[in-house]
Amino acid sequence: MEPVLELKGITKRFPGVLANDHISLSLMHGEIHALLGENGAGKTTLMNILYGLYKPDEGEIFVNGKKLVVDTPNDAIKAGVGMVHQHFMLIPVFTVTENVMLGNEYLKAGGFLDRKKVAARIREISQQYNLQVDPDAYVKDLPVGIQQRVEIIKLLFRNANILILDEPTAVLTPQEVDELFNIMKTLVAKGKSIILITHKLREVMEFADQTTVIRGGRVIGTAKQSETNQLMLASMMVGRQILLNIEKKDADPKEVVLDVKNLKVLDTHHQIAVQNVSFEVRAGEVLGVAGVQGNGQTELVRAMTGLDHPIEGKIKLMGKDITHSSVKEITELGTAHIPEDRQKDGLVLAYSIEDNLILNTWYKEPFAHNIVLQRKVILDNANQLISKFDVRTPSPLTATSNLSGGNQQKVIVAREFSRPIKLLVASQPTRGLDVGSIEYIHSRIIEKRDDGCAVLLVSTELDEIMQLSDRIAVMYRGQILAIVDAKTTTRESIGLLMAGVAPEDH
Amino acid sequence: MTKIEEPQKKKDVISTFFDELSRNSLIVTVLAILTGLLAGGLIAAATTESVYAAFRVSFFDGLSAGFMVFWNTYKALFTGSVGVPSEIFNALRSGDSVAINKAFTPFFESLLQATPYIFAGLSVAIGFRVGLFNIGAEGQLFVGALGTVWVATAFKGLPAIIHVPFALLGGAVCGGVWGMIPGWLKAKTGAHEVINTIMMNYIAFRLSEYLLTGILRDPNKSTPISAPIEKSAWLPRFFDDPNRFHAGFFIALLMAFLVYWLLFKTSWGFELRTVGSNPNAARYAGMSIVRSTVLTMFLSGALAGLAGANEVLGVNHNLAVAFSSGYGFDSIALALLGNSHPLGVVLAALLFGFLRNGAIQMQLTAGIPIDIISVLQALILAFIAAPAIIRTMYHLKEPKAVEIPQIAAKTEGSKP
Amino acid sequence: MTQTTATIIKPAEYISPTRRMVMGIIFLALSVGIWVLFSRNVTADMQTTFSLYPGGSKVIVPDWIFPSLPMLNILALVGSALGAYQLARGFGRQTNAILGVVSGIFIFAFLVWGASGGSLNLAGLLKVAVVRAVPLTLGALAGILCERSGVFNIAIEGMMLTAAFCAALFGSLVNIWFGLFTAILAGALMALVLAVLSIKYKVNQIISGTVINIFATGITSFLSAKFLQKYEALNNSGRFGTWDVPGLSQIPFIGPILFSHNIFIYAMFIFVILMTVALFYTRWGLRTRSVGEHPKAADTLGINVNRTRYISVLLGGMMAGFAGAYFVLGSVGRFDEVMTAGRGFVGLAAMIFGNYNPVGSLGAGMLFGFADSLASKLAILKVPIPNKFLEMGPYIITMIVLAGVVGRGQPPAAGGKPYEKE
Repeated sequence: MEPVLELKGITKRFPGVLANDHISLSLMHGEIHALLGENGAGKTTLMNILYGLYKPDEGEIFVNGKKLVVDTPNDAIKAGVGMVHQHFMLIPVFTVTENVMLGNEYLKAGGFLDRKKVAARIREISQQYNLQVDPDAYVKDLPVGIQQRVEIIKLLFRNANILILDEPTAVLTPQEVDELFNIMKTLVAKGKSIILITHKLREVMEFADQTTVIRGGRVIGTAKQSETNQLMLASMMVGRQILLNIEKKDADPKEVVLDVKNLKVLDTHHQIAVQNVSFEVRAGEVLGVAGVQGNGQTELVRAMTGLDHPIEGKIKLMGKDITHSSVKEITELGTAHIPEDRQKDGLVLAYSIEDNLILNTWYKEPFAHNIVLQRKVILDNANQLISKFDVRTPSPLTATSNLSGGNQQKVIVAREFSRPIKLLVASQPTRGLDVGSIEYIHSRIIEKRDDGCAVLLVSTELDEIMQLSDRIAVMYRGQILAIVDAKTTTRESIGLLMAGVAPEDH
Repeated sequence: MTKIEEPQKKKDVISTFFDELSRNSLIVTVLAILTGLLAGGLIAAATTESVYAAFRVSFFDGLSAGFMVFWNTYKALFTGSVGVPSEIFNALRSGDSVAINKAFTPFFESLLQATPYIFAGLSVAIGFRVGLFNIGAEGQLFVGALGTVWVATAFKGLPAIIHVPFALLGGAVCGGVWGMIPGWLKAKTGAHEVINTIMMNYIAFRLSEYLLTGILRDPNKSTPISAPIEKSAWLPRFFDDPNRFHAGFFIALLMAFLVYWLLFKTSWGFELRTVGSNPNAARYAGMSIVRSTVLTMFLSGALAGLAGANEVLGVNHNLAVAFSSGYGFDSIALALLGNSHPLGVVLAALLFGFLRNGAIQMQLTAGIPIDIISVLQALILAFIAAPAIIRTMYHLKEPKAVEIPQIAAKTEGSKP
Repeated sequence: MTQTTATIIKPAEYISPTRRMVMGIIFLALSVGIWVLFSRNVTADMQTTFSLYPGGSKVIVPDWIFPSLPMLNILALVGSALGAYQLARGFGRQTNAILGVVSGIFIFAFLVWGASGGSLNLAGLLKVAVVRAVPLTLGALAGILCERSGVFNIAIEGMMLTAAFCAALFGSLVNIWFGLFTAILAGALMALVLAVLSIKYKVNQIISGTVINIFATGITSFLSAKFLQKYEALNNSGRFGTWDVPGLSQIPFIGPILFSHNIFIYAMFIFVILMTVALFYTRWGLRTRSVGEHPKAADTLGINVNRTRYISVLLGGMMAGFAGAYFVLGSVGRFDEVMTAGRGFVGLAAMIFGNYNPVGSLGAGMLFGFADSLASKLAILKVPIPNKFLEMGPYIITMIVLAGVVGRGQPPAAGGKPYEKE
């Protein structure tokens, strides 16, 4: 059978990085082809090339056997290639109709927009592919699952036959994921072909017909679903047998460090994001907070660290009420915080390592005497921490923007762990890191736990939660559905909880 | 301790400055200034009637007439801003103090012109560093001047040692409050400081018109102008007339040093710069965005207010409606030219001061209207802001990869 | 499937209780203000006279004469009734419109009081307001064109000034139509500089705007000092005459106020309509707005972001050029140094107050024009308010709007940011 899409020897270089190294890939008619790889493996770059957002340095693209030159997304659209981006490309203040027609408008006589005709076409597509959506709704009012449907409708409206879905499940709840895969099956049944970009093994195993694994910008292998298994794909993806379990002693929980009662927190849009949340974390244990992204974890962490204040409820740290304390006060009480977005929140990228290492102690002795910064002390501190935490850098004066993700995270860990701390709040501590750095950060977190620190670990990676936690709290729609013992629970039951199925239901 | 700190400090002052300047590329800065000057001369030549008359005679005549205009323009600019070399030489040789004073007057007059630029440039620069775009230096300068005039006229019989600082403080506080209002609105409501500072400019103009036609007006004058300030509030002058050079210049230099020290040597400055570089990280680190924003806009307004105070106490000794001429926008150019670094701002202000003073002379002797200076400044600003223009023009090699993000980051942080 | 479909939340327009209360209190305060400031300061025998046709108009309408006190009391009562309803129930989505009504009542009461025991030419006041609104509204339209495509334009002032200069020079050299043409061209040229700096070189848009403002002030003053002041003939462009719209200008009261002007005033109304249609009902408008909201999304749909921005900025510059021509060809017939006197910035304010919307900007322009017009009449009214304070009105209103006290506007999301493909 003739492939509908073929990529041959695609190569893309960025300054200092070989993002795609002679990648070849064939997509057959009516199949779901998974493109599997770790973050940073080069998946998105490859798809942006296919979609005309980047120009490849080498290589060719064939659609239905014909060579295709894509200079702009227009060329890709014309060839029937469409893409649902990881971050939706929708305009919040436009209606569904306007979003769908943008760039491909239907016009009435006199050159005016024909919104009615587009809306009718949307309804038609909805019917055909089982993609219910209100054409007149504003996108900003729609939940993410529906927004994703709008994205798919956009492609179908343009008669795309090859659909690229970039990490489509990152923001979805498990049911929404199921729905998405139902939609994908409908699409394939009706003759569309799909490339699914993901780093989640489970999705690949369940839904893909064929899988291509890439690592470090290269194709490691392509396999039919029947010929492979999860462990094999995993080792292809990371390049070696991964440790599925980290060595750790049993926890020895002591006194309560963090005590949270009936918390209610609003998000930036003043919607309730965390509701009726109560838990405690003891010294010497890791409480993992599991959940699909966007179920209130971010807001919970912001409330714990003083970045936002809850509208109801109480937070106590070592018996002291910190519900309305400032970030500074909470930090001074011995809280360390590894933020979920290290580049946005955790570092000042333009600053040197030495300055980033004093980011939350800049005003204190010995770094500042009265108000005068003590440069020598700051430099000594940096040199010491760089060697202790194995930060790979030419100099402590190097700007952190020049460091790799793993080294940036080490700078943050070094800073947070170098203070005497009672509580560690770690939010997505290994997101986007290579396996080596993940292992390093994980072992450091366990080390802190064993030193008697209370750890609140928030992660959307279930594996990370399962590996590190002693107890697991599952968040769903702003609430904690259950707190379970990590040793006795199973992946499946956590997964059900993440999907919002409360324990008494099953 | 001192032994170890000394080289550290030295490295900091000099290397930080050169590091920053070379990232903005010193070469581009110099070429931008030269190109701006060249373009100004061409405009002067192209708008002179006699050049066209000469072209009618022959091409060569036209060319030489054009060159003469060009030459005379810059000769006037140079002698107007620095002095006539032969006069200086003769005066020094004669040893006559009156003649020496007269010969050096243009030079000191340029320093005098540079003084408000230093204050206003620092005002914008400190905002840039904290990610704030203070486009309202003009209004703050006005309100500062109003405050100063009030202190300098309403209080009588104070000794100069008290009255001068008191009047300066009045200007700084009034300007500071004027700047603080948009800062507070930004911090509390997110209202864009660019629009609000522009609005505050016009409110300041109306306020000054109101006060200068009302309670601050000199009843003996037919035009709206304040009463002359008390002698005790005059900033001390160092030479006899016509040399008006006064202590304001040194106060400006002191302020530049203080701003530098505050921004780069103290924990307060660390906090302010962090807020400017990455407000999210600053919040995460326990810094107060609200306090930093309000404080910075106060300081920024206070520096602009000092520019106004300086003009009132050092030069004019009274306050007329609309006495300031575009310092607000010029100071943005200055801050950018000086890469938002106090030392850079001082150098840029000196350049602008010399240009402005020279242009006054140019207007008198070469008949070139002084407004050519604004054209020059706009061109220099454009070339500095878009170094790629200069690079293409002179076929310069592409900068190190870091350069563009550096400039982008700097302006990015202060974008709307 | 059904479960997630059910989660589609259609948020009703939610007005917070605090905001409802604050608004109610504002309404009541304004009404009490009418009573305390105005009612109590007029005596029962005073009468207010409003002239209903501007000076020189051929459409004569008898004066409107009424007793001041009862009118003020009625206005205060209506205002407090609206306030009471707002406190009790709230007007919901109409709150802002009612705020407009109550403010209008307050202003009208102010005029009634100001003219008590005397007379005021209401029609003349409004006619001047319309004229004063022209540069502000046109400036705001120029701003909208740029801003809607994601380019922040603080250089409207500079563009207007350059255009005004060209209008005067070429209007004198050739004729006023050519002057108008060159003014529009000058605006476009300045806009091209803004566009090249901001889009191609990705210079911070505030800085590119500043470049143009400094340059425009410098070059126009320079050339004006060099030539226009020396050769009077170069600065005597003349101006467009008044043209009464047949029929419409005969309508009593409204006719002379709206339909007896020169072309700039009519152009203002036409441009407002044209731009509303173009922005919200055409392909060009949809694409332009998409580029201003989410350029990356537009890019992925094959829309050329930078080209769209270039076009919008150039159109904005042409609009600013037209606005600049007004100062010379629609008003005084000659160029004076820095004659735009900050009108470009007030236009920017009108754009914000009008929520980046042509019709809203016209409303804002009219309101600001009215404040301007009233300020010049205050001396006649003998009210103890310095006219300088009234002139501050537009600026203060803009700051209040920006602070979100009366509902926050919705600026284009990508405004001010250069577009980079990753």
